[in-house]
Amino acid sequence: MKMGDEACKRALIELLYQLADDDFILAYRGSEWLGLAPHIEEDVAFSSISQDTMGHAAMFYQLLTDLGEGDVDQLAHARPSKERKNAILLEFVNGPGHYLSKPRYDWAFAVVRNYFYIQAKKIKMESLKNSSYEPLANVALKVNIELYYHLMHWRTWFVQLMNADQTARNRMETALTRAFADFDGVLSLGSFGVEMARYQLIEPEEMLKKKWEAYMQPVFDSVNLTMPVDFGKKSGDGRAGEHTADLDRALTILGEVYFEDPAAIW
Amino acid sequence: MILFMLPESEKLIMGTLQQVKDPEIDSISIVELGMVEKVEVRENAVFIELLPTFMGCPALDIIRSNVEKAIRESHNFHEIHVNFVYHPPWTSDRVSDEGRLRLKEFGIAPPPERIAETGEWHVDCPFCHSTYTTIDNIFGPTACRSILYCKTCKNPFEAMKPISTIM
Ligand SMILES: [Zn+2]
Repeated sequence: MKMGDEACKRALIELLYQLADDDFILAYRGSEWLGLAPHIEEDVAFSSISQDTMGHAAMFYQLLTDLGEGDVDQLAHARPSKERKNAILLEFVNGPGHYLSKPRYDWAFAVVRNYFYIQAKKIKMESLKNSSYEPLANVALKVNIELYYHLMHWRTWFVQLMNADQTARNRMETALTRAFADFDGVLSLGSFGVEMARYQLIEPEEMLKKKWEAYMQPVFDSVNLTMPVDFGKKSGDGRAGEHTADLDRALTILGEVYFEDPAAIW
Repeated sequence: MILFMLPESEKLIMGTLQQVKDPEIDSISIVELGMVEKVEVRENAVFIELLPTFMGCPALDIIRSNVEKAIRESHNFHEIHVNFVYHPPWTSDRVSDEGRLRLKEFGIAPPPERIAETGEWHVDCPFCHSTYTTIDNIFGPTACRSILYCKTCKNPFEAMKPISTIM
């Protein structure tokens, strides 16, 4: 990549914000499950995955810092929702209720959202290993290795619940409908997607989408699920800074400690 | 890192780093874990590059300050630079033979040396060496460990997760 090229740098920064913000908010949603997962083993596994995911977000924010975008903590905590580039599907609350009072979180939604997202992330990392921006290619290689176990974990849950009794199947179908309705937002590279591909930062969006379908098809077949012709962006375009009140509330909670003393080292 | 190829001053540093243990498995050093990628001495400054095992590992800051402290106590440098780098990525085959022994002493099975093409792997029980083991939970108490169960001696045990670039 020619760093002197402003258009290229602009596309790169946009891509890094998408990667960082996606991981950041989903890791937070994952951490809210702590103590509430279906069983103790899952509690350990899910929190381990969320910790890895937060580590990945920190790395992507670090790459932004290196490009002059500001301090990592400020990037993670102090940006308002309209500046966030995460997909809307990833910001939705885990379910009705609150973490501290009467949480009625939806495990089927957690499984579908995480499985679909991690597969998409894995495909992006595979592509980024060949990115023209070498620091990103190096990080992607490292992230990709860790994703291996995440993906295996969520795939196992997905297949088991899809093949379980009718109650489970119904809940999964409801979660699938919600996930598909906004999954385009996850696969989207936003308005700079063409530039990202042109500068060989990452493959074109259509290519990533085709790969996602190709990886998922055999799994869908095995659980008797039809691949939709199209996914949606029903709740808006997160890559363009459109978000729901769910994100605002999450950012307020996440920022509480940070805003008490932004200069403190925790 | 191939020790015998290093100049004398770097070798001394490696000796010091051998004293820095993993905060969560205190029988094994960061050298034996394969975390030390580079040691370079330039006049009064020392530059150390470490590879994190997992990126979200909360022990990284502790390891960094332990390294700085160990170097400060045993050497006279004006500057000590300790950095985590991500390239090459840490893989579980970087754990040295010595390190594999130390893990076993701690009751943790070392990472398997081979992973099947399907991604499946197997480790023997670190207590009775039985091969009759099952994986209970891929995700253990820390990012780099899994929980297994030995059907022979009926003990649960931990294993260091295999991590490879083929994954
Ligand atoms: Zn045994």
